Amino acid sequence: MKQPINHTRRRALHRIVVTGATALFWPLASISKQTSVITKPIPSSGETIPVIGLGSWITFNVGNDTVARDACAEVMRNFFNAGGRMIDSSPMYGSSQEVIGYALNKLGKTSQVFSAEKVWIASGAEGREQMETTRRYWQVERFDLMQVHNVLSWEYHLPTLFEMKAAGQIRYVGITTSHGRRHRDIEHIMRKHPIDFVQLTYNIRDRETENRILPLAQDRGIAIIANRPFQQGSLIDWAKRHPLPGWASDVDCTNWAQYLLKFIVSHPAVTCAIPATSRVDHVLENMGAATGRLPDEAMRKRMIKHIEKL
Amino acid sequence: MSEWWTYRPSDFLLFSPQTYYRLFELYNTQIWPLQILTLACGVTILVLIRYNPPWQGRVIAAILATIWLWVAWAYHLQRYASINWAANYFAIGFAIEAALLIWIGIIKDHLVFLAAKSTLKNTGLGIFLFALFIQPLLGAVAGRGWLQSEIFGVAPDPTAVATLGIILLTTKKFYGLLLLIPFLWCAISGTILFTMDSPDALVLPIVAILALFLALRKAN
Repeated sequence: MKQPINHTRRRALHRIVVTGATALFWPLASISKQTSVITKPIPSSGETIPVIGLGSWITFNVGNDTVARDACAEVMRNFFNAGGRMIDSSPMYGSSQEVIGYALNKLGKTSQVFSAEKVWIASGAEGREQMETTRRYWQVERFDLMQVHNVLSWEYHLPTLFEMKAAGQIRYVGITTSHGRRHRDIEHIMRKHPIDFVQLTYNIRDRETENRILPLAQDRGIAIIANRPFQQGSLIDWAKRHPLPGWASDVDCTNWAQYLLKFIVSHPAVTCAIPATSRVDHVLENMGAATGRLPDEAMRKRMIKHIEKL
Repeated sequence: MSEWWTYRPSDFLLFSPQTYYRLFELYNTQIWPLQILTLACGVTILVLIRYNPPWQGRVIAAILATIWLWVAWAYHLQRYASINWAANYFAIGFAIEAALLIWIGIIKDHLVFLAAKSTLKNTGLGIFLFALFIQPLLGAVAGRGWLQSEIFGVAPDPTAVATLGIILLTTKKFYGLLLLIPFLWCAISGTILFTMDSPDALVLPIVAILALFLALRKAN
């Protein structure tokens, strides 16, 4: 059950309008050029978050290598400086959680980050313990968002997460999937449970979710996090073999990363995308997708057509 | 795991090739000059196989068991586990191989080596020599630099390959128990290298298939 809009939410919505966030009125986004970071509201609360976040799959799993950890911290420093907030990780991602904690501590950004984590364990009874271990790795007071990773044992974990949310131990509850798997379960959970977020794979090539899940998310007021925006690098590597079309500048895209990311976050149901990178130049390119104009529906169709033609 | 047929090996790859090979660089630097000792152990095995002293089986088994235990602890548990949670299970596998070597080779004294020259003995020796002297060079040939070399007794791949070679040299017709874990490791590590597009990804599967072919031929 969703809560009715309260004063806090009204204020948040008002803030979005004032700051010129394009998300609520995305078709108008192409009309007005802006320089601030584009944000979108989390439907269940009205709180806004930047449309580009930071994933950590593979890229931040560098173990105890201090040099590599410092390089990750540099990526995060540039991410925050460019206006980024959401960082997403999971117990499945090796040392990524520890590396994020190391970098947050080094940068002094534990209060600025929008922390998105996951519980990933078959045993429902061990979920809380795993989340507490994760929290210690991040060195944060509490997580903003806790998701059930790949809907593993979701029947056991979701009640725990709702309890934790009610107790103020986390702020939002979500579920995740990737590669287009378990969409039936995802739909079922979205219909039956008051979750705040769904994380799934959505990019210009993987658009199956446009048919049912994204409209359902809009209908139910659920935020969407898009993972695998570059298909783990293969999509952008492929795109980079072709010249960026000149008309991409109409929506302020200066590189393929921005083309692919702006396509994703311009979908009205999508709240943010979480590209992962271990390179500073790439994180800056990615964050560029959170500035300027976003494509409207006509431009989105043109973008798809162009990719299909290549 | 639901919808298991939709998964590919790359879905389980948790780290980048840079991180994986950097692990060897740091490991090699931290344990130096232990590599000289492990290579000396390899040469000792060669000498024992050449001269066939009566206690050769026990000593070779002791050397191999020690090395498998070392790799389980120093590589899998202490280092690899920091980027791959599955390394904890790999460590158990390596420890089991060490236990089998202790049981079969030291306690039971069942490791007896072929004395007469034969194609099988030459191939087994060839595989062992490859693990000892050629495998450490592959990283440099692939452009990864000497510090990232994978050395017998230090890194799991040459250790597994060398063990396959040694087991082929024994007189017993088929040592499935001792072959299983090195063979499985070649399959696992080969898949990881293949997923990372490593230029030397095919080395382990080729050696493992050759060893399996020879082991089966020997059994018949």
